Amino acid sequence: MKKVSISFTLNGDKVTAEVPPSWTLLKTLREYFELTGPKEGCGTGECGACTVIVDGKAVNSCIFPIPEVEGKSVTTIEGIASKDGTLHPLQKAFIENNGVQCGFCTSGMIMSAKALLDHNPDPTEDEIRTGIAGNLCRCTGYVQIVASIEKAGELIRQKK
Amino acid sequence: MSNLLYVGKGTPRTIEVDKVTGRAIYINDLKLPGMLYGKILYSDYAHARIKKIDASKAEVLPGVRAVLTGHNIPDVRVGFLRDQTVLKKDIVRQFRDEVAAVAAISPEIAEEALDLIEVEYEELPAVFDPIEAMKEDAPLIHEVDARGKPIRTNILPLPWKFYAGDIEQGRKNSAYTVKDTVSTTWVNQCCMGTSGCVAEFDMNNDLTFHSQTNVVFLGKQRIMEYLSSIGMRGRNVRVINPVVGGSFGTKLDTDIYEFICILLALRTRKPVKILFSREEEFRALPPRQPAVFTIEQGCDKEGRLTFRKAEAILDNGAYTSWGATTPSVMVMPMSSLYRVPNVSFEATCVYTNNIYCQAMRGYGNPQATFAVESSMDELAEEAGIDPAEFRLINRNQSGDVTPMRLKITSCGLEDCINSVKQKLNWSEKRGKRKGKGVGMGSLIHVAGGARVYKSDGHGMIVKVDQNGHIDVLDGGTDQGQGSPTIISQMVAEALGFRPEDVSLTLGDTGLCLWDAGTHASRHTFMAGNAAVRACEKVKQQILELAVENIPKVVKSGFRRKKRNDPDFVEPDLDYTLISKPEYLDIKDRMVFPKSDPEHPFFRIEVSQIIRDALHVGTGESKVVMAEAFYDPPTEMLDRELKGNLSCTYAFGTTGIEVEVDEKTGEVKILQLFAAHDVGKAINPILLKGQIYGAAYIGAGYGLTEEMKLENGRVMNPNFLDYKMLTAKDVVPVEPIVIEPGDEDGPFGAKGIGEPGLVPTAPAIANAIYDAVGVRIKSLPITPEKVLAALKEKRK
Repeated sequence: MKKVSISFTLNGDKVTAEVPPSWTLLKTLREYFELTGPKEGCGTGECGACTVIVDGKAVNSCIFPIPEVEGKSVTTIEGIASKDGTLHPLQKAFIENNGVQCGFCTSGMIMSAKALLDHNPDPTEDEIRTGIAGNLCRCTGYVQIVASIEKAGELIRQKK
Repeated sequence: MSNLLYVGKGTPRTIEVDKVTGRAIYINDLKLPGMLYGKILYSDYAHARIKKIDASKAEVLPGVRAVLTGHNIPDVRVGFLRDQTVLKKDIVRQFRDEVAAVAAISPEIAEEALDLIEVEYEELPAVFDPIEAMKEDAPLIHEVDARGKPIRTNILPLPWKFYAGDIEQGRKNSAYTVKDTVSTTWVNQCCMGTSGCVAEFDMNNDLTFHSQTNVVFLGKQRIMEYLSSIGMRGRNVRVINPVVGGSFGTKLDTDIYEFICILLALRTRKPVKILFSREEEFRALPPRQPAVFTIEQGCDKEGRLTFRKAEAILDNGAYTSWGATTPSVMVMPMSSLYRVPNVSFEATCVYTNNIYCQAMRGYGNPQATFAVESSMDELAEEAGIDPAEFRLINRNQSGDVTPMRLKITSCGLEDCINSVKQKLNWSEKRGKRKGKGVGMGSLIHVAGGARVYKSDGHGMIVKVDQNGHIDVLDGGTDQGQGSPTIISQMVAEALGFRPEDVSLTLGDTGLCLWDAGTHASRHTFMAGNAAVRACEKVKQQILELAVENIPKVVKSGFRRKKRNDPDFVEPDLDYTLISKPEYLDIKDRMVFPKSDPEHPFFRIEVSQIIRDALHVGTGESKVVMAEAFYDPPTEMLDRELKGNLSCTYAFGTTGIEVEVDEKTGEVKILQLFAAHDVGKAINPILLKGQIYGAAYIGAGYGLTEEMKLENGRVMNPNFLDYKMLTAKDVVPVEPIVIEPGDEDGPFGAKGIGEPGLVPTAPAIANAIYDAVGVRIKSLPITPEKVLAALKEKRK
């Protein structure tokens, strides 16, 4: 199959992917860049496990065509901790508040939450729930996920 | 118990940091060198004769490494009743029937190859309703059984019959009786991680099987039996869990796709992966079993239950998996939820051409409790007694032995009902009928193991190394419930270490000891008990080494000091303080004399003791390690379905306030209180996580979730059309944790994995009745059903 060359920024690094144009961003991230964070839970944009941030917006990477990534900036769960290993406040908060159980939705859930907190570091509960409405979770009933995001917001606000 | 350092604390799940950084390796992420991808071709019909399978075009497609059909694999039956083969070559009996399978160098090529396989069918008459299927002239789903004997009925040869006391006498003693029929439907477990496995044979024909199973040892046994039946007796199988993206029952049976994967790996001599799509998850995994119950109950003038008589019909689908055994759990609420002296329960499982069923969180209990708790409210009303009061009159109590012979050692049901009542402001809110209403439901469930097999055991190995690190090899599995954290807390507590000193290995038959499986809410109880026992031995080993080695360490220190400082005078120490293991204790990784914990010379790091025990010279060195195998004093159910199958039982009550929109039929949950007798919360934060999650699935079961089957075909195999609750569907769950402590539980704990789900749906139904006076008798309670009932009521 004919391949296209797509250049973009991935977790802060300039990268180029040589992949068939029919590939999605998720497939490229998982198979070309061998990232395991973004997950395929449905492949049709309904569950949110594949969520990554493209130019500041949370997107379902499983239905995001790779050609549209050209020149953009992509952040995945692998790119949000500091290089020295310090976890992002969301990662800390999910661990401390039991926002993670089986963990399959967690990468996507955290990325949706990050897109929200980046724009609105002090969201209401309703805004948080809207922010993660596209991310399904079967384990938690969302309660401790919402609490984790609230806690992360606090941590982020304290730092500023 | 009062001075616990780690048990009872909300220790964070730091041990699972890989899950928040994207590094955790699920089956989706597992790649082995040279790995091939397997795909499965399913039936085009619900019931048909296969006239011809032509795979020749698929076989020559570049990149295809194997094509399997029923014609080129051993003709061997598998499954709970051995009522199916891995690939079907003569008759298909449901849409999910596996007809062919392909292994190829990429999933895309495997998919393309499936399209090239031509199957000719001749459609057969089908039956989709279990009641129709029981009729004499119904099409037969199976013509012969596993032994080749002709079958003349679609009714399974599993007679679930339970009788205790005398129903007729109970009826005579009744002042009030009610009888009704309720039903529940198929629901999908909806694990966020889809199903999959990787199989790899080495050149000795030993198999490494990366499987999501929550019964690694039973899974291994089934696979060994299968390999043996296809001529590979004596080969070893190692079953290893990857990180598992949820289970909720789906990982209890060894599924057909797993056998297919093994066959593809055997044929190609390569590692093969099968990974389900979400659509396959809906169409080709066994969901929760639907059931129809006819239930009749009576009580005397004082409101004491006199009898309970129930009959259930379960749609088994085309084959038999664990779903057909759910009546063995249904019998528990039927016979033992509330005190009821006379009980009759009969369940009939019927083959149909629908999808076959398996386990799901609660295992038959949610279905049966929906029947019991709907009926309890109806009977309370008939008797003119407040439903909460009615439940209190009939509540189970510590010391009870139920008609099923369950020994209720500890029971917090009274507290659960009362706290829900109080939190809901029950007396104030009930009976207003102004579109808002309150309702409740309770539950009983196994919480101290469950002797489903002859062994209910759990094996654990605990070792402490020369660096003071503890490795725990736990025979169970973790599917997300948080066992690594819980077990590390209990091990740290029992050994005098910190949770962060403990690493867990679970789900590996090559390393761990037998465990009957992480199901039936049993892991915390079973593994906890094993941990306590193993740690007792390990601690004794450390203390014995300490008695031997502390004096040596102290004296060699003195000798060193003397060499450096000739004026140093060795202090006169009382070595009797540390002369026996029982004089010593461990805390915070330090060994010390109990009589003087801060002793300046005798307080020494455990790691140093272990190092010194290791490096002592020929034939003398020792390691610190112990195993414990905990098998609780429980009984298997006998032929009458009686026996004390668990060491202890969980009780709980869910109380709900709803608001019903009488124009749209929509139901909103305003409050949900989930009170649970948990014995002791090992980790209150993780425990609440179990309650929140279970209540949410329960709310979905009550209100929205439904696999829609039309003539056997799943019509809504995706998350748009199958309505799982989202973060926007707010269910304000408030757990009420009641901790009376259980004498048999580790640190007093009971199991809590499943209970939160069980009483949610009936509590919703009861609250709706209180709000608008209509009783919805089939799940889920959709706006359409509410509207129809309201319309009917107005007539």
